Amino acid sequence: MTEHLIIALSKGRILEDTLPLLAAAGIEPVDDPARSRKLVLDTTDPGVKLVVLRATDVPTYVQYGAADLGVSGKDVLMEHGGDDLYEPLDLGIARCRLMVAGFPDAHRRPGTLRVATKFVNITRRYFAEQGRQVETIKLYGSMELAPIAGLADLIVDLVDTGRTLEANGLVPLEHIADISSRMVVNRASMKLKHKPIKAFLEKLEQRLGAA
Amino acid sequence: MKEVDFSRDDRWLLPEAVDEVLPPDAAALEGLRRRILDTCKSWGYELVMPPLIEFVDSLLVGMADDLDLQTFRVTDQLSGRMMGVRADMTPQAARIDAHQLRRDAVTRLCYLGTVLNTRPEGPGHSRNPVQLGAEIYGHDGVESDVEIIALMLETLALVGLQDPILDLGHVGILHGLAQEAKLDPAQETQLFDSLQRKATGELRELLQDISDAEARQRLAALVNLNGDIQVLDEAAEHFAGAGEPVLAALARLRDLAAALRRQVPDVRLHFDLAELSGYRFHNGVVFAAFMPGHGKALARGGRYDGIGAVFGRSRPATGFSADLKALVRASRGVGAAPVRGILAPWSDDADLLTRVRQLRQAGERVVMAMPGRNDSPRSLGCDRHLLARDGRWQVEAID
Repeated sequence: MTEHLIIALSKGRILEDTLPLLAAAGIEPVDDPARSRKLVLDTTDPGVKLVVLRATDVPTYVQYGAADLGVSGKDVLMEHGGDDLYEPLDLGIARCRLMVAGFPDAHRRPGTLRVATKFVNITRRYFAEQGRQVETIKLYGSMELAPIAGLADLIVDLVDTGRTLEANGLVPLEHIADISSRMVVNRASMKLKHKPIKAFLEKLEQRLGAA
Repeated sequence: MKEVDFSRDDRWLLPEAVDEVLPPDAAALEGLRRRILDTCKSWGYELVMPPLIEFVDSLLVGMADDLDLQTFRVTDQLSGRMMGVRADMTPQAARIDAHQLRRDAVTRLCYLGTVLNTRPEGPGHSRNPVQLGAEIYGHDGVESDVEIIALMLETLALVGLQDPILDLGHVGILHGLAQEAKLDPAQETQLFDSLQRKATGELRELLQDISDAEARQRLAALVNLNGDIQVLDEAAEHFAGAGEPVLAALARLRDLAAALRRQVPDVRLHFDLAELSGYRFHNGVVFAAFMPGHGKALARGGRYDGIGAVFGRSRPATGFSADLKALVRASRGVGAAPVRGILAPWSDDADLLTRVRQLRQAGERVVMAMPGRNDSPRSLGCDRHLLARDGRWQVEAID
């Protein structure tokens, strides 16, 4: 029986922003995660290990209990269904907005609109809730190109500064949700490893409250 | 990977999240099935075998929407009415108690059979679990809760799953607090959703709309009320001014914990007063068993008083259920006996046939070798064989 806590992190911005938080809770990776080729990282806390994954895989690892905790963007949780997880803390990092964007007034065009996005589930839900029928087109990158190339009327994407949209003549049209990273916890782990997990969450919360 | 090739070459393929049980797991599962049903019988639980399929009207009456979504449907060609394949056997057992048996005495029922879910209940779940369960009808009190929990723990022990953590909660606490806060149905749905995910931040925002400050504070406290038995003391402080239903639910939980300490002293208890997930039609004490290394509950249950009312008879009810296939998977490697057997040559010799019959009656597994085949004894699961020595058939080990 392993009493280790395994925390799943995702590469890139979330990792950079999470490490200082973990450090405040007394958890620092022994090897530099940016340089190490190891997939499982030991930390200064012998009871805690880190795994570094693709962002969209974090909820999956935690749902199955392969990791006890994870840091995942709210966008990923909304898209892939985080219903089986606890998400006790909003870490307030990697903040951005999930928006509908397009050429000015593109969302007012009559008829069935085409929406290009990598968030097809969120897009379907969002427009259905508003009683609007749309056709979703799944894309994997460069959303901004879709309206320019005439592939889609609208896009649904994460917007940080809005500069990429602006540079391409597009504007944010509708606000879907505010996004930030959440600490997610496996349901069984929360009960089986309650003490260490609760202690860890409390330390993080203190740090977040102080910031 | 063209669709055409797919349909032609992959005819063996099972639908996603639909599984079958192969040797030796099937034998292990069947062995467990018998031992579990024998145990239930020895505790006084009577076996019922409800049908795989019923009219949707009776299968889903009074049930929550999610059971409705989980139910496969077909049209009955005889009546034209809609039938549903059971997604959960508990409501069927409740119907049998309320309508078919109509006994005054406390009734204990158990059941075991395949159910079908339109979607997996969670990641890694099968859509065709083998549900086993036991229910007590006609008693409202911690005693029946304790008995059903003890039987659940004994069932897990039979499978080799020792020393689980027992998570306890009471649905009445949340429902009571929600009622006191006078939430409209939309707010309540949102609140339950955030509580399910223990999303503290979202919860704080939602609670801002509640005008009653005390009700708001109580609901805010709920999300952190999980942990060891001290949680009940903390809850007592937070809920001191709450209404009678909330206090009664809390008292009930405390009584149950004390009774469990007396009756099942070794059990490790965990409390979570905001837990609702997986409890579909429950309205009182709820419980679930968790094991280290398993990311989901292995068995769960609780109280669902009055569910039989729609069949004309309201009775207190409590019970548990589990997926036997998931239990076998969880216990894999726990006490799996190696396959043994005796290989006998195909023959009309009366002495041999008598000897084979005797060995089989003595509980041995005897396999007849098919003539014209050169199958090794191992490939037929045999570690011994029958040989003629001095005109007598002898069992000898295979070297």
